[in-house]
Amino acid sequence: MGYVVRRVLTGLGTMAFVLVFNFFLFRLLPGDPISLYTRGRNMDREQLRELRRELNRPVGEQFLGYLANPFSSGVDSTQFSRPVWDVIGDYVWPTLVLLVTATALSAIIGIAIGIKGGWRRGSTFDRTSTGVTLTLYAMPEFWLGMVLLILFSTGVGVFPGVFPSGGTLTPGIEPWSVEGVLDQAWHLTLPALTLTLAYLAEYALVMRSSLLDEVRQDYLVTARAKGLMDKLVRRRHAVPNALLPTITLVFLNIGFVVSGAITVETVFSWPGLGLLSYQAIRGPDIPLLQAIFLLFSLAVVVANIVADVAVAALDPRVRT
Amino acid sequence: MSVDQERDAPVLSARQVTRARRRASAGRSWRAFRSQRTGLAGLAVLGVFVLLAVFAPLLFSPDELKVTEALGGVLDPPSARFPLGTDESGRSVLALVVWGTRVSLVVGVAATVISMVIGTLVGIASGHFGGMAGGALERLTDWFLVIPFLPLAIALATVLGSSLLNVIVVIGVTSWPGTARLVRAQTLSVEARPYLERARVLGGGHWHQMTRHVLPNVMPLVLANTTLTVAIAILSETTLSFLGLGDPFRVSWGSMLDNAFASGAISSGAWWYLLPPGLCVVAIVLAFTLVGRALENVLDPRARER
Repeated sequence: MGYVVRRVLTGLGTMAFVLVFNFFLFRLLPGDPISLYTRGRNMDREQLRELRRELNRPVGEQFLGYLANPFSSGVDSTQFSRPVWDVIGDYVWPTLVLLVTATALSAIIGIAIGIKGGWRRGSTFDRTSTGVTLTLYAMPEFWLGMVLLILFSTGVGVFPGVFPSGGTLTPGIEPWSVEGVLDQAWHLTLPALTLTLAYLAEYALVMRSSLLDEVRQDYLVTARAKGLMDKLVRRRHAVPNALLPTITLVFLNIGFVVSGAITVETVFSWPGLGLLSYQAIRGPDIPLLQAIFLLFSLAVVVANIVADVAVAALDPRVRT
Repeated sequence: MSVDQERDAPVLSARQVTRARRRASAGRSWRAFRSQRTGLAGLAVLGVFVLLAVFAPLLFSPDELKVTEALGGVLDPPSARFPLGTDESGRSVLALVVWGTRVSLVVGVAATVISMVIGTLVGIASGHFGGMAGGALERLTDWFLVIPFLPLAIALATVLGSSLLNVIVVIGVTSWPGTARLVRAQTLSVEARPYLERARVLGGGHWHQMTRHVLPNVMPLVLANTTLTVAIAILSETTLSFLGLGDPFRVSWGSMLDNAFASGAISSGAWWYLLPPGLCVVAIVLAFTLVGRALENVLDPRARER
């Protein structure tokens, strides 16, 4: 119990650091913040005065206001002219759908590959899969996405251009009809495939190496000596023990997953937080960037706490 | 007899002895490295890219990168004149890819140097000094380890503005925590050994202990880690440039992909513009990864069984 409490407290400490860091990082911007915040936007004099009054308050006072409620930014998004958290709310769902699909698929496929390779180390399958996963690991996700797009959406040579090039839904189709759901799945295929391929490498590599750690343990010799079939030794004894580091990886990887989403959503015009980040960078829309940075960082901190608690629940050895 | 032999042997200073021993150990490591085929292949690929980067001006004149002096058509497919076709302003894609090698290598290596220096300093200091100072550094490492890399890099790049130096700094200061953690763990294990206690008892100061005893023992690990960090730094540069946060006046593989994406190379099926920069990134990152893994096998006996 002490372990969980300690980890949660550490996580809360990290959260406090993220909040403070987020506030001051964007205050380092050179130049007049007013012109930066209002670039390319029509504002009347009254609004400008309001904004200047907000930004001219003493930094300490602004900081306290921010700490009281970090999610009510004093300044609106400069591109959307709406409160940043309202804008973000519109973009959360597509990202969640995409990331959950890709994470689930990549974890399942990656773990299966890792088990098969690690159990027969040095076999043809092991060497091929290690080579393929290392290559996938070396690929920029967005480039993989662009290559898939040009092959299966534009169509080059023998490759058919059957998939849509972007978006979540063909215009004119009712989203929640049978046809609409199928159409959305059709739109999800290529971006989800891209992210699945990009993420599965790490799961496969970690699963393989943690299985290799287990293979030499004494309890497997015992299991074999009892006369268990090789398949059962693997499924009942080795894999459950080796699975733990990989399961925590699902949560620890959120930061990595989020980074993939930013570029891949851009390539596929998938209207989620990744595409929103890209638009915020290109603006640049500073208030929006700041809010997105805070959201992503907090998501990762929470995921880390979840990972710690999950390990404590699954593995009695760490509960000290 | 034995006394005579000793007299005949050249007198070696302590430094020469150390140097000879280091040379012998480096030779041993190199022989162990040479036995790993994938590591050697990676090294060969890296050699090719380094040569391309160094001799880029001899292969293609810098004028070929100027939009105003472009000779080809818009997104022309590969031809005898342009082996890899042309980009959206009529420049040779081959020339762009060869010149792009420079930015990727420079950013990858320079950012890694920054990251290694910060990571090693923080790691050794937090492992060496116990108590408040060490604990504070450890906390700091953990905090930066948690903050997701790309959002942080984007925030920093926006704050600093886009130039080659800033890209290097951004990647360098965002990628050190992993190294720091690794170095800290190794430092703690070195600090527990008796020869460090001897150094302490003989009156060696903190600086002496850290630079003369801890650092040489941590270096091999840092070296293997360096190679892997370069791979990540090159990928990061590609991603940042793709997002438009790179140096707008320099051609890099990431900025080529950004231009290809923005100019509609996908919908016009211009695979010759898309494939070369991406394949180069894959090749160079894979090469660094393979070399790094081979180095790990040589320097860390525990990894050899993997």
